[in-house]
Amino acid sequence: MSGPGKVADLRRAGLAPHLEYTERLAEGAVPFQSCEECRAAVFPPRVLCPACGAMELTWERSAGLGTVYSTSVLFPRGRDPYPVVLVDLDEGFRMMSTVTGTPAEEVAIGARVRAHVDPAGPDGPHVAFTLETGERDERP
Amino acid sequence: MSGPDLRGAAAIAGVAESDLGEVGPGRYALDLAAQAAGAALADAGLSTRDVDGLFCAIAGRGMAPLDVAEYLGVRPRYTDGTMVGGSSFVSHLHHAALAIAAGACHTALIVYGSTARSDSVHAGNGRGRLPAAPPETPSYEAAYRPRMPVTGYALAAARHMHQYGTTRAQLAEVAVAARQWARLNPRAFVRDPLTVEDVLASRIVSSPLSVLDCCLVTDGGGALVVTAADRAGHLRRPPVYLLGAGEAHWHRAISQMPDLTVTAATESSRRAYEMAKVGPQDVDVVQLYDAFTINTVLFLEDLGFCAKGEGGAFVSGGRIAPGGSLPVNTNGGGLSYCHPGMYGIFTLIEAARQIRGEAGERQQPDVTIALAHGNGGQLSSQATAILGSEQAL
Ligand SMILES: [Zn+2]
Repeated sequence: MSGPGKVADLRRAGLAPHLEYTERLAEGAVPFQSCEECRAAVFPPRVLCPACGAMELTWERSAGLGTVYSTSVLFPRGRDPYPVVLVDLDEGFRMMSTVTGTPAEEVAIGARVRAHVDPAGPDGPHVAFTLETGERDERP
Repeated sequence: MSGPDLRGAAAIAGVAESDLGEVGPGRYALDLAAQAAGAALADAGLSTRDVDGLFCAIAGRGMAPLDVAEYLGVRPRYTDGTMVGGSSFVSHLHHAALAIAAGACHTALIVYGSTARSDSVHAGNGRGRLPAAPPETPSYEAAYRPRMPVTGYALAAARHMHQYGTTRAQLAEVAVAARQWARLNPRAFVRDPLTVEDVLASRIVSSPLSVLDCCLVTDGGGALVVTAADRAGHLRRPPVYLLGAGEAHWHRAISQMPDLTVTAATESSRRAYEMAKVGPQDVDVVQLYDAFTINTVLFLEDLGFCAKGEGGAFVSGGRIAPGGSLPVNTNGGGLSYCHPGMYGIFTLIEAARQIRGEAGERQQPDVTIALAHGNGGQLSSQATAILGSEQAL
């Protein structure tokens, strides 16, 4: 396969996973892959399942609900503090993200969060989360 | 499945640092690497003409072995440019022993150099000059503006605190112990007194880690000369034998680390202990890569010095400081002695010096077994080496 004009083919063949991811994200989905062989949830996007090595991965749309696995607040000089979090999505994959709409230091490990796609930002659309009020995961 | 048995097959015959700290303008990573290489070879009573195996890694230089070999005028028959971050040089020691045992080389030089501090001081000079870098692999983290590497380690610290009740004061004990050791090392970059209160009061960079939970940024290089054990016995210095080595890595990005409280050091150390036929109870001094205070807590657990979750209590009360029951990072570590970006080589240099009994005011009595542990990436690459004196063989 060579040259431009083959992007659609590559996407269809599952060989340009990052491109596929960003396209789906731009449509407002929180995309991840699922392995047809072992059913593992796969993120970040790949051409091969890191759990079993199979090359048949299906794109899925996450329900966007998850639990904060860890959090760190950054304090840039002259700007508002912001949290960097790791979220375990209920489908079984983990991603780095941020939580908006809540003071950074109030984001706690174990908090339940809901995803949305923030279309802005220097790197284009990305997944961010808000706290899911009244729900808390009590796992240790 | 265990790897080839290298116990006692190779020995460190020479060690040296280059100039450290802030080395002044007009000097490059290669200059420091070569300065360290020349001094380590002199320490061993050898010269560049003896080197037939070259092992090196320099941040930002994908072909570091070619740069270094040309600079030194060596023509190695065996070359290894393994680049797994700060643990690279502990991996190199393992690989050098494998190569020596297989007859692929005879005299291995492991070498590193960096001008990380001077580069940041003079950063204005290069503005507007675009580096010719290859396209980045897409990042699934950058959009969230983590400050790397500190945020990765902060996420691990936060999780460890959540799961095990580890406190910031316990992390601060690590920084204080490192500083107390540095005060005994004339080559350490920072030697002012430091208290737990100072650490707790310092500015938070990426919670829960403050400025004083983070390593230094200095210049510096280091080198080791490694040769077959029988030959090392006839050289200038008492040989420091490699008793065991192990490596492991499970992830690259912090968001892909399966459990932020358990590192691959559990596996690298198990391999090293098995080969060395010793356990943590036999280790006299520990030199580990303390890029951040949480590292020391995690690695003391994962290297088997205390149970998982108990690292915070373990480092408290001066246990790892001068006069404590387990001497850890007797040179002052990356937190107070020197940290040019890829610190792992200095764990080996200090371990060798403690075994040779030449660590001056910080020398520990009767060191026969020392453990050196390197870390690379975001708690990603882990490499453990167990070194011993002739008595330990
Ligand atoms: Zn699979």
